[in-house]
Amino acid sequence: MSSPEATTRTRRNADSGRPRTKREAKQALGPYGRVGKAINELDDRLGVARGGRVFLDKIFPDHWSFMLGEIALYSFVVLLATGVFLSFYFVPSTAQVIYHGVYKPLDGQKVSAAYASTVNISFSVRAGLLMRQMHHWAADIFVGSIVVHMARVFFTGAFRKPRETNWLIGSTLLILAILNGFIGYSLPDDLISGTGLRIGYSIILSIPFVGSYLASFLFGGNFPGNIIIPRFFILHVLILPAIIVLLLGAHLGLLVRQKHTQFPGKGRSEHNVVGSPMFPTFMAKTTGFLFMVAGGIALLGGFAQINPIWQFGPYQPDKISYAVQPDWYMGWLDGALRIMPSWEFTGFGHTWPLEVFIPAILFPGVVFGIAQMWPMIERKITNDDEMHNLLDRPRFRPKRTAFGAAFFAMLFVLFGASSTDVLANFFQISLNEVLWFFRIAVFVIPVIVGVFTWRICIEMQGVPTVGKRKRAVTISMTQDGGYVSETSDPRPGDGHVELDPTPVPVKIDIDLETVGAGGRGGRGGGGRGGGDDTTEEIGDGVREVAR
Amino acid sequence: MPVARLDDPHLKEAARNPKRTENIIAICLVVGILGLAGFGAAYWVNAAPWVIAGTIGVGLFFLGFGLTAWGKYLMPQGPFVEERHPLASTESERDAISAALVERTGVVVKRRKMLGGLFAGGAGIFGIVALFPLLRSLGPVPGNTLNVTNWKAGSLLVDSNGRPVHRDDLQPGGILTVFPAGYENSEEGQAIDQTVLIRYQDVSYTTQPGRESWGPAGYLAFSKLCTHLGCPVGLYEQQLELLVCPCHQSMFNVADGCVPEFGPAPRPLPQLALYIDSAGYLRAQGPYDQPVGPGFWERS
Repeated sequence: MSSPEATTRTRRNADSGRPRTKREAKQALGPYGRVGKAINELDDRLGVARGGRVFLDKIFPDHWSFMLGEIALYSFVVLLATGVFLSFYFVPSTAQVIYHGVYKPLDGQKVSAAYASTVNISFSVRAGLLMRQMHHWAADIFVGSIVVHMARVFFTGAFRKPRETNWLIGSTLLILAILNGFIGYSLPDDLISGTGLRIGYSIILSIPFVGSYLASFLFGGNFPGNIIIPRFFILHVLILPAIIVLLLGAHLGLLVRQKHTQFPGKGRSEHNVVGSPMFPTFMAKTTGFLFMVAGGIALLGGFAQINPIWQFGPYQPDKISYAVQPDWYMGWLDGALRIMPSWEFTGFGHTWPLEVFIPAILFPGVVFGIAQMWPMIERKITNDDEMHNLLDRPRFRPKRTAFGAAFFAMLFVLFGASSTDVLANFFQISLNEVLWFFRIAVFVIPVIVGVFTWRICIEMQGVPTVGKRKRAVTISMTQDGGYVSETSDPRPGDGHVELDPTPVPVKIDIDLETVGAGGRGGRGGGGRGGGDDTTEEIGDGVREVAR
Repeated sequence: MPVARLDDPHLKEAARNPKRTENIIAICLVVGILGLAGFGAAYWVNAAPWVIAGTIGVGLFFLGFGLTAWGKYLMPQGPFVEERHPLASTESERDAISAALVERTGVVVKRRKMLGGLFAGGAGIFGIVALFPLLRSLGPVPGNTLNVTNWKAGSLLVDSNGRPVHRDDLQPGGILTVFPAGYENSEEGQAIDQTVLIRYQDVSYTTQPGRESWGPAGYLAFSKLCTHLGCPVGLYEQQLELLVCPCHQSMFNVADGCVPEFGPAPRPLPQLALYIDSAGYLRAQGPYDQPVGPGFWERS
């Protein structure tokens, strides 16, 4: 704690004369020491003080579901970090080499340089296998958390005006994440990813009018050519990540500009934000969460094997393996391809490969189209032009909730349909029965789920205690034979008591031991008000001094 | 007004016992430090991957857990409130920018219509012509490449090692992937020309009318490319005489010319007409009578 003299001293008169002692040098820096000096220097040049202070006070509402987007963001950070590591060792080339490495079963085999370098990363580069598996896990988690985050935004109506643009950016990010995931999955040139690539090529081929041209341009000729791996590499490590980073910046920028949405509650309105401040509370929580996500992915990468390409073997166009399945986020498309009837039409000297075009191009186009355009579609239906900063409880928007549930149900059914062969084998029933089950289920189950969800929402609206813990009711017989029912007192933590929100105090005391005890001031207290404030003075009184 | 009071009944358990919470957080952070130090050591000695992963994973997770818990339990939670200032500007500010945009462009466009038109035309033309080199230099136009394979009249059937196939090589029920001689090692040969050779029975077999001479000594050859999405039709179900594509479960009946029996494949696998030369080796009578593999627009 510094002396009272130090606090009365201002910056200006500290400039006169050179400091002689350490103590004087410290005093010369002013009441806020080096931090204050750095802020002064920065503010002279950039004018950051006013906006910076507002930013430190920025309020982040608390709700567990607001963490989903953070998982996406931080798994992307892990993707970038591990991806940079991998790019130092990966060779994006289909040039044929003879493998002579530590993995003996492959010794002497002719493989592509891309495949050989991926095997080398897994076995010869220190921590290389961990980095590869972390990268793959992080990609799966990235796409997954985007989907769940998007579902949260959808079901709570957070996409409504003024946030339609951010929904559009976010759903574009999902498409880019899936695309880059597929491209990255194709890079090692192993047997399974090569088969996936061939399927991708044939899907492009199915586009009417231009399919064969597009496929030929992209692959530099007929499949497989020798240019697709280098091209995919530059798309995977530069072009798509750059677009993702830019859109992510815009996504977060809009979030800051438009401020968070929040659930309704005590003191919360359309015109304020209630929660904890950016600095230090939210910053500590979210930075810690970055480390937790990274640590979790590292544990997955170390203990849960993923994509063991050395077991699959190198890609050879005439070879194929059992149980060919893509990463999970492509499963719904694979399922759609499987259950589609073989509707290929020939006419006017042309072929319409609708059995591929409909499930693999048209259908995802419609799905992503609806997803991207949803804010506009809903506005069209509801004619709602109000600004919305308070979130919906899903039960109070039964139609939207039912539609969303049905939409996800359809995607789940298609995801299940991507395992027809595995399911038929597991349940010992004919593939034909499984196929027809899914063909019917893809239409029927979404309807059932939608109706049920709608009904449940309506029912829940009528229950006043929904979401609250039940209290015990004691029914006792009185002496004259009557009955008395008595609701028990709330147990601690039963009643969800909400505090009145208050403005962020100028001085946030984080030393709870002093709270209420009086006496000592908090951190940084020495310089400001004389050094011995009691906590009672924190708040409006101090604010006045600061102004 | 205080940020919080210790006797506040709403205060969380953790905040009422700050010392205990602080100790737990300190333990988490120490575990994090130990984990990360352990990672350094494990990396240095090149320990097993799971040791490296376990140390860095535990280290990062507990370091993060400690910090998050610190933020959640020991830092001020409020609830604090921040006013939302309306994003929209005032009516007059809006009018000012609209007026500037409309009036200034109005002046420019009205006075210099021709210049504006010329520039817009130039930019438009650039936009279109810029696409030409981009698309054209990416790859060749497909031309006839999707319609043809390297199978020609007299092409010798060889296996993946380049060994010609003799009429005695396969027993009935046997199966082999073959290529036209000279293409068995090329990417193109493997990707496009791959053909599945099945010895169906001992004597010549006709799959469909008009293919009487295509299957000498019971040897039937079909394109190995699934007509659905081009996966190799790699599984042969001998009892049912079905070729199965593992990608999307299309099944082709070998006996009647690989007509799709099940699954999304729309067309039969094209059959390659074979003959046996004087030395007893299998050769192609000619190219496939139709394009192989999945459908595309120009396929007629």
